[in-house]
Amino acid sequence: MNAAPLVISRTVHLRPGADLDGFRAAARALVAAGVPPEGVAFSVEAAPGLFGEAGTGSGGAPLSLPRAVAALIPGVVPHRDPERYALLYALIWRVTRGERHLLEVMSDPLVHRLHRLSKAIGRDLHKMHAFLRFRRVAVEGEAEGTERYVAWFEPDHHILEAAAPFFVRRFASMRWSILTPDGSAHWDGAALTFGPPGARADLPEGDGFEAGWRTYYETTFNPARVNPAAMRAEMPKKYWRNLPEAAAIPALVRGAAARSDAMIEREPTMPTRREPAKAVAAMSEADPKSLDDLNAIIRRTEPLVPGATQAVLGEGPLGATLAFVGEQPGDQEDVQGRPFVGPAGQLLSRALAEAGIDRGASYLTNAVKHFKFTLRGKRRIHEKPTAGEVSHYRWWLDRELDFVAPKLVVALGATAVLALAGKSIPITRSRGPFRFDRLDGRVQGFITVHPSYLLRLPDEAKAEAYAAFVDDLRRVQALGRELSA
Amino acid sequence: MDETLAKKLRILADAAKYDASCASSGAPKRAAGKDGLGSTTGAGICHAYTPDGRCVSLLKILLTNWCLFDCAYCVNRRSSNVRRAKFTVEEVVNLTVNFYKRNYIEGLFLSSGIIKSPDHTMELLTRVAKSLRRDHGFAGYIHLKSIPEASPWLIEEAGLYADRLSINVELPTEASLERLAPEKDGAAIEGAMAQIGERIVQAKAERRRFSPAGHSTQVIVGADDTTDAALIAKSAHLYGRVGLKRVYYSAFSPIPDGSAVLPLKAPPLRREHRLYQADWLLRYYAFTPGEVADASDGGMLALDIDPKLAWALKHRERFPVDVNRADRELLLRVPGLGARAVDRIVAARRHATLRLDDVARLTSGLKRARPFLVTPDHRPTGLTDRLDLREKLAEPARQLSLF
Repeated sequence: MNAAPLVISRTVHLRPGADLDGFRAAARALVAAGVPPEGVAFSVEAAPGLFGEAGTGSGGAPLSLPRAVAALIPGVVPHRDPERYALLYALIWRVTRGERHLLEVMSDPLVHRLHRLSKAIGRDLHKMHAFLRFRRVAVEGEAEGTERYVAWFEPDHHILEAAAPFFVRRFASMRWSILTPDGSAHWDGAALTFGPPGARADLPEGDGFEAGWRTYYETTFNPARVNPAAMRAEMPKKYWRNLPEAAAIPALVRGAAARSDAMIEREPTMPTRREPAKAVAAMSEADPKSLDDLNAIIRRTEPLVPGATQAVLGEGPLGATLAFVGEQPGDQEDVQGRPFVGPAGQLLSRALAEAGIDRGASYLTNAVKHFKFTLRGKRRIHEKPTAGEVSHYRWWLDRELDFVAPKLVVALGATAVLALAGKSIPITRSRGPFRFDRLDGRVQGFITVHPSYLLRLPDEAKAEAYAAFVDDLRRVQALGRELSA
Repeated sequence: MDETLAKKLRILADAAKYDASCASSGAPKRAAGKDGLGSTTGAGICHAYTPDGRCVSLLKILLTNWCLFDCAYCVNRRSSNVRRAKFTVEEVVNLTVNFYKRNYIEGLFLSSGIIKSPDHTMELLTRVAKSLRRDHGFAGYIHLKSIPEASPWLIEEAGLYADRLSINVELPTEASLERLAPEKDGAAIEGAMAQIGERIVQAKAERRRFSPAGHSTQVIVGADDTTDAALIAKSAHLYGRVGLKRVYYSAFSPIPDGSAVLPLKAPPLRREHRLYQADWLLRYYAFTPGEVADASDGGMLALDIDPKLAWALKHRERFPVDVNRADRELLLRVPGLGARAVDRIVAARRHATLRLDDVARLTSGLKRARPFLVTPDHRPTGLTDRLDLREKLAEPARQLSLF
């Protein structure tokens, strides 16, 4: 490397404000030409078109910088510190000359200083996002959705362009303008444009909600905890003149001690109102008192996954010896509003009859009360509920079974087992009598397959699996008879 | 805004302000569509600060301060003589949207006194959230205070629309609950918290939305005689068992029309501050509740020094540690070094040997850290063992009132 020249060999002219593109182009050219930081001066020109020799377009390949360095540059360029470009170029120089990890050394004086500049920009952006206040422009006969809002804000640094996208994301459906002493930003619902500086006088007079906001601000303050220093640390006085609520601060601080003392000194008072004994008693009676009550709640609750026509409630007499719990309603069940009426339900009916179980005397329900599906053309294809969805619905199943109070609860398939056991258990290994954690200790459980499983089997396996299913149901029938004896 | 609405706002914001939480952080980053309103940033934004130094991020109000419960510490207990009011669902929605459009707030923190029944109240809270999301395409932050006495399926529904659900423990022991909040039931509160915690984990795994910013709680400090060590142990238990994101500690504060069973004096605000510091030690510094208790004096944290310093002073045999060599875990134990400073030290020392003024650029807590650190140009000979070290490092007493 050559010895550093003692005189400034180049001057780079950049636009006022945050000239990121100008700086990027200059840095490329300077690095390409091997100009060390001591050999360059950065000057900011108010008049456009006076670019120096290392200005835009004078060559240099794109610099390959570590990601952290590339990310730091736009976070420092908006700073008002006149040394910002020189400091950034010094960083780039060192990073491209062997110190690739320089940014990790936060104890380095240059890195430390740049980090403080970027922190100041971060804070300035954050405060602009936080403390900017819109006022609505009153327009006669204005259509809904075309309301216009205007704000005036005075940032410390050249951050308007960096700050504006936040407001676009947040207030996309509104029309708004943000005016600052440096420039203005405008959103018309489709495009963001930047324009000349504005003035505070361009702001509309007041806004219908400002008084309400100030009321809220005053009320949410707790005089017993007054701590104005903490407030000023986060909301320095320089912001107050543009904050409608800040006008309330002096009076709040002045009155705080007296208000707080008054609260402490006031004797506890006796309640003047009579005890609402009836209402208090009625409050604890609000739980559903019957299966009908519970069903009314289920019926009016929206499905967790949107799409179902209606909730499919359990069916069968209270006090039934046997309760069968399936997975969730299918297409047919969803349309008819009754459980086990589709193909799987018909198969279940047949198997129950063969096993000598009276379907009409049993209680049939599902772990999940709403049909969940994906549309394929016009067909609604059943989709298995997730574990989270099963837990979401299991409170109802618990209560439902409490009301029905069967002697034996039969879980049909893995989802029912999950709902009743609170965890998944492989069916093949646990088929037969089973104690479910979520059922009262007195209620016996039983695990078998879901009839829809039989429908999905290839024909050659179907007969055997069906026979095994009917066998299970025979055991259920015998168990039920035993338990109700 | 008309005068009746303003009057309600005054009553119902006053009634809500004793809840310490105002965080709008932790929600997944999102922005509303073309016709909607609002966004969340992840980190949250404080839109104003009141002269008590607290951040105003959310419109924090009660739906109503009518309440059938009679919790002694609460300004809204049924036997209190405060003025009462009730918002309609539409009024809350309208206030939220209009405040939001003017960039006053990040969203809504809605809680309520119990009217008619816990279920009825919970349904109203959820209706507000649902209306904001559906009728206004509102993508801002919504925090709902859940009512643990409500039916579990209503909490399931609330989580679909809220960014955060919370249930306040308020009093850390069963005995205090019985004495000061007779309608509340500790087991029911923890059961509901466990339900929310479980559902948050499941929804995250299944990429569904359920209270995506987690759940939190608040305990009141100084309304009963629970020690700091016991409070921290309770928090550690809740973080572990129900997966809480935050525990808020709220120094019991004098309220208008206070109840006669409450202590006359509020606890020092600094006690609340020390509890928050101890809570951070649990969550970010790998301290156990036992170690926090160890840093305390008979269960109470010192007010004049922070709990990490208190622990270090009791364990001087572990210090000084070498900035350039010590493990991250050990550096985290050094008073005055925050987790971020430790990360910076660990990153920087890979490329350079750190001297004392390098450390000064990495942390603002060097004064406290000095006696516990070794660098090539600094050795705290004897300093670590000096008996008056505590006095040297204690914060001056005049700051104690936090003015």
